[in-house]
Amino acid sequence: MTRFSGLNLFAKALGGHKGWAEQWPDAVPKPAYDAIIIGGGGHGLGAAYYLAKKYGINNVAVLEKGWIGGGNTGRNTTIIRSNYLYDESAHLYDHAVKLWDGLSQELNYNVMYSKRGVMMLAHNVHDVQSLQRHIHANRLNGVDNEWLTPQEAKAYCPPLSISPQARHPVLGAALQRRGGTARHDSVAWGYARGAAALGVDIIQNCAVTGVRRGVDGAVEGVETSRGYIASKRVGVSAAGNSSVIMQMAGLDFPLESYPLQALVSEPVKPTFPCVVMSNTVHAYMSQSDKGELVIGAGTDQYVSYSQRGALHIIEHTLAAICEIFPIYRRMRMLRTWGGIVDVTPDRSPILGKTPVTGLYVNCGWGTGGFKATPGAGDLLAYTMAKDEPHPINAPYNLDRFRNGRLIDEAAAAAVAH
Amino acid sequence: MILIHCPYCDEKRPEIEFANAGQAHVVRPVDPSTYDDAQWEAFLFIRANPRGRHHERWRHIHGCGRFFNAVRDTVTDKFEATYKAGKPRR
Repeated sequence: MTRFSGLNLFAKALGGHKGWAEQWPDAVPKPAYDAIIIGGGGHGLGAAYYLAKKYGINNVAVLEKGWIGGGNTGRNTTIIRSNYLYDESAHLYDHAVKLWDGLSQELNYNVMYSKRGVMMLAHNVHDVQSLQRHIHANRLNGVDNEWLTPQEAKAYCPPLSISPQARHPVLGAALQRRGGTARHDSVAWGYARGAAALGVDIIQNCAVTGVRRGVDGAVEGVETSRGYIASKRVGVSAAGNSSVIMQMAGLDFPLESYPLQALVSEPVKPTFPCVVMSNTVHAYMSQSDKGELVIGAGTDQYVSYSQRGALHIIEHTLAAICEIFPIYRRMRMLRTWGGIVDVTPDRSPILGKTPVTGLYVNCGWGTGGFKATPGAGDLLAYTMAKDEPHPINAPYNLDRFRNGRLIDEAAAAAVAH
Repeated sequence: MILIHCPYCDEKRPEIEFANAGQAHVVRPVDPSTYDDAQWEAFLFIRANPRGRHHERWRHIHGCGRFFNAVRDTVTDKFEATYKAGKPRR
């Protein structure tokens, strides 16, 4: 692996940038591995990276049915924050935010983590009370979050309309300054490159078609479109398709998969300095470094794997955006797309062991999994290496739907529900 | 936008007239006091989430207001059939 540096970049530039080696090899599956990760998104690649880096398990394969980062990792709106209400959530998401902080250096790959601040708007008295409760709970957990008056919110994000006559008046906002965005593709590529350098096989175009279990019930390996691969340790990190994989292992999971849409505008000069979210009216927006406004919409109301989503969902979001940011009313939208998100009944992820020996899971992140990418990878790796959950992800077990210890996190989804 | 056939109105209407009401044919406990934790978990939380043929409930909320059942393919979103509540599973 070529280490990226200023000097290296300069030297390669002299050769017209023709001397770069491939960043990681497109591996062919071996008959057996010490561990297999199903799902080559940021979470799965991160888990493989940390398995090799922190726990010395290098004989690992990441199986991806399409291409690396082509699922939800490349389809989200790249928002990073940790301002969640409950203690368990604050610990989980802040663990990830702390890892985001040094990730570019750790991977020697620029993931463009930009702490531009995430501002959540309050449009009514209930929003004000709810956001202030979040702020207090966050600060008790050591997570930064502060209250802004409408004028302060306007100063932080000038395109915001705080007119009292507005359709959605702004009564205040909660601002997490450490929140922000990152380049989602870079996260997948950085982890893939880092993991491959440590000996992990990144196998694309390899769909899992079955999970083989032995007479004792434990996992023995997986059937794939490229043949059978043996492993006594299998981690599932397959986002919207997690319940499909679990069905192959004979497990029913409390998951439902929905299309979630996003869209970008034509690129314009920098006008939008932060991330603004309005859960009440379904509007989430930031501006990418390319200049596109990146807009997140809500989920469709029905279970689907179509990766499309209906137009009226986007119309609803754009109507809200036009009211809150009137300056953008004449912007033209360039592209829209959808990803399939797996939603749990309490809107919190399932991250830990399963009833099947040797089968581990990282799923249920719903509409907000990108921000947790480094944390989820790290914790899945820990759980697979030690065969027990880390204290941070211990509450996120599957048993909670049986014993009732739900983590009922309304803030977990970026959509009101 | 998807067009959905309401079996009561006997008309194809746009999706925004309807509310999805989750998986169909989930049977309520006949004698809830006898249910153990595993049965409650299955009833409350475990849902079919198939890639393919899916049975679900819809309500014609901006029309006749009635619930009905549907079979839809979750990959293509194409409806195979809609039928009145209480009719046997297709």
